[in-house]
Amino acid sequence: MDLSYSAEEIAFRDEVRTFLAEKLPKDLSDKVSGSDGDDLTKDDMERWHAILNEQGWLVPNWPKKFGGAEWNAVQRHIFEEEAAAANSPRTVPFGFSMLAPVLQKFGSQEQNDYWLPRMLNGDDWWCQGYSEPGAGSDLASLKTTAVKNEAGTHYVVNGQKTWTTLGQHANMIFCLVRTDKDVKQQEGISFLLIDMDTPGIEVRPIILLDGTPEVNEVWFTDVEVPVENLVGKENEGWTYAKYLLTHERTNIAGVGFSQAGLNTVKRLAKSEMSNGKPLIFSPQFAARVAQVEIDLKAMSTTNLRIISKAAAGSAPGVEASMLKVKGTIIRQEINDLARRAAGVYAMPFASEAIEGSNAGLPDPLGAGPVAAKYFNNRKLSIFGGSNEIQREIIAKTTMRG
Amino acid sequence: MNFDLTEERQMLQDTLRRFLRERYDTATRNKILASDTGMSSEIWEQLAELGVIGALFTEEQGGFGGKGFDISVVFEELGRAGVVEPFLDTAVLGGGLVADLGDESQVALVEEIIAGTCQMAFAHGEPTSRYDLNRVQTSAKVDGDDILLNGHKAVVVNAEAADHIVVSARESGAPGEDAGISLFLVPADTKGLTVQGYALLAGGRAAEVMLDDVRLPASARLGKAGAAFTAIEARVAAASVAQCAETLGAMDTATHLTKDYLLTRKQFGRPIGTFQALAHRMSDLLIEMEQARSAVINAAGHLEADRKTRESNISATKNLMGRAGRLVAEDSIQMHGGIAMTQEYELAHIAKRIVMGDHRFGDTDYHLERFIALSVA
Repeated sequence: MDLSYSAEEIAFRDEVRTFLAEKLPKDLSDKVSGSDGDDLTKDDMERWHAILNEQGWLVPNWPKKFGGAEWNAVQRHIFEEEAAAANSPRTVPFGFSMLAPVLQKFGSQEQNDYWLPRMLNGDDWWCQGYSEPGAGSDLASLKTTAVKNEAGTHYVVNGQKTWTTLGQHANMIFCLVRTDKDVKQQEGISFLLIDMDTPGIEVRPIILLDGTPEVNEVWFTDVEVPVENLVGKENEGWTYAKYLLTHERTNIAGVGFSQAGLNTVKRLAKSEMSNGKPLIFSPQFAARVAQVEIDLKAMSTTNLRIISKAAAGSAPGVEASMLKVKGTIIRQEINDLARRAAGVYAMPFASEAIEGSNAGLPDPLGAGPVAAKYFNNRKLSIFGGSNEIQREIIAKTTMRG
Repeated sequence: MNFDLTEERQMLQDTLRRFLRERYDTATRNKILASDTGMSSEIWEQLAELGVIGALFTEEQGGFGGKGFDISVVFEELGRAGVVEPFLDTAVLGGGLVADLGDESQVALVEEIIAGTCQMAFAHGEPTSRYDLNRVQTSAKVDGDDILLNGHKAVVVNAEAADHIVVSARESGAPGEDAGISLFLVPADTKGLTVQGYALLAGGRAAEVMLDDVRLPASARLGKAGAAFTAIEARVAAASVAQCAETLGAMDTATHLTKDYLLTRKQFGRPIGTFQALAHRMSDLLIEMEQARSAVINAAGHLEADRKTRESNISATKNLMGRAGRLVAEDSIQMHGGIAMTQEYELAHIAKRIVMGDHRFGDTDYHLERFIALSVA
């Protein structure tokens, strides 16, 4: 048992710090501090991807043979921690961390040779087509169909996907589609790569409760998809989908986000005055902050314990579900504290801030749109398998008779 | 003991509920939210005609109610429908202070307010006062026959629409002292008064109000010089009853929407409400709803009591509503899933009303500490 980093790990951390100090553009870190990067534009995100790619750090999770950095889990944790502390944007995960591992494991040589370099170069922006209006927690009940045409050259796709994050920026979508209706739900699903410019696709924005257009509905009407875009085998998509959901889990706890959020809460509470003293000296508020900080310290160690095990080759299973539940509870509590700290100044609507002009809004603490963020992050315990689904996984795994 | 509403209040509740159900649906409100003024003058006039504003003033003041339970009946219905029109600011705060403290010529305004032809705001909080009622820095200096006001008032709800703004300012003493605070009735077009408006997250509008050598005649003062604190605290108590009742109404809507959704939304081949994990959470919400309803009754029923009893009940209720409101808002969204995250769904607005209600007149933490202070005093 040794809680300190090794000499190599410290050297790596210093290398990451130097890189961030030298290469992270100030306008990007300014956007990330305060609003968690919600107002980053597509250009901003692509610019950061290119900087990371030049350094060879865009895809730390990929094996070297595909052009990745092949960092171990502790290195990835160190990078995430440093990146959060420096207010670095996150990379957009749909291609790099979700689709790529599936292609690398189940895709053909041709698919890997074609799609992976395009990801690294920023040629494609991927989004995820999983959820449907009737298939949320019960994902396997999805109804979007793909039927092979007579010539056997194309699948014809019909149906609707929803909650497609950043679909408005995407030119490619990976989808779960039903290719066999006559078998058990899980056995009739396939995994397709679809060009968003194909005729018959329509993207409609969904405005969220904080006014942001970050998710979309994607409609498919007789959309023709070349059969070469099937990943792996027909009707085995559920296996790939599960692999995708359990593969990239080192950041599921969001420790970096929480640490950055907690720092913001403390900063706000030191400048906000209550009863003639800084709010941080108010016993009730101080107790809340301390409580969540104590929880976060323990979770951070849980996170390291689990990812160290993953680094040693054992894949995280039920622990990932535990980290997701605890991680979201902590992040949402921190969002709640930030909202509380701002007091009456949490009330103004920061839609202008989201669109890029903050001029008209009073914000004496420089808190940013804390209440909007609080509402927006209610999504954390809903998406990617709701916390209820995660608890079900934990119970089923640990209490199996 | 009798927990039934009087016949008059029951009638008011029925009328108001029916009117809002028919005339204030989600689509109508979303249009109001998107409008420049953030309110509907048509709805305002119709509700004034129904007696909603009159119910918030006593008979001596020209109304037909004005007690704690009148306020709670009206605001629970407004909350249930997610109404964003500023009845609290115009009637309970601005109008209430004029009615409480005004001289003969000043109280003439109350008639216009009840008729629905006059908008009001109360400019009291400041950028560094947070929820403290006595931390007034804005200054009032006598200058010959006039008074000069200087200062910055924070997040003044309804300031842009207000015809008159009731402004608090300090004539003596230091911020944090009860003594020395006065109130002034300031017409909106007074020179030196700047209103910088913006939309609020949960609907409606507010503004930063800047007072730069605002010159007023001494007759603009409401009540005695330096002695307004007692009236301010009592009015904010009435406003807290209104706010808590509004939150209660909104919570009732949230729990109803959630219950309906749990019974209709199917996943894994059955309504999700048949899963015990969700059914038990729904039960917890219903238990907290009963607590919340009782807390609002406690606050409303003690609004006319002595100061310590009144304020202790106000702080207890604000604390409980902050906790129960957060639970209901968050769990309602969670049990709905993604749909509740969308702007056009009724619950999204209702949840925002509930949570942001905790940011007015002191949040749940503030009132916990205040309750302790009042208990040991």
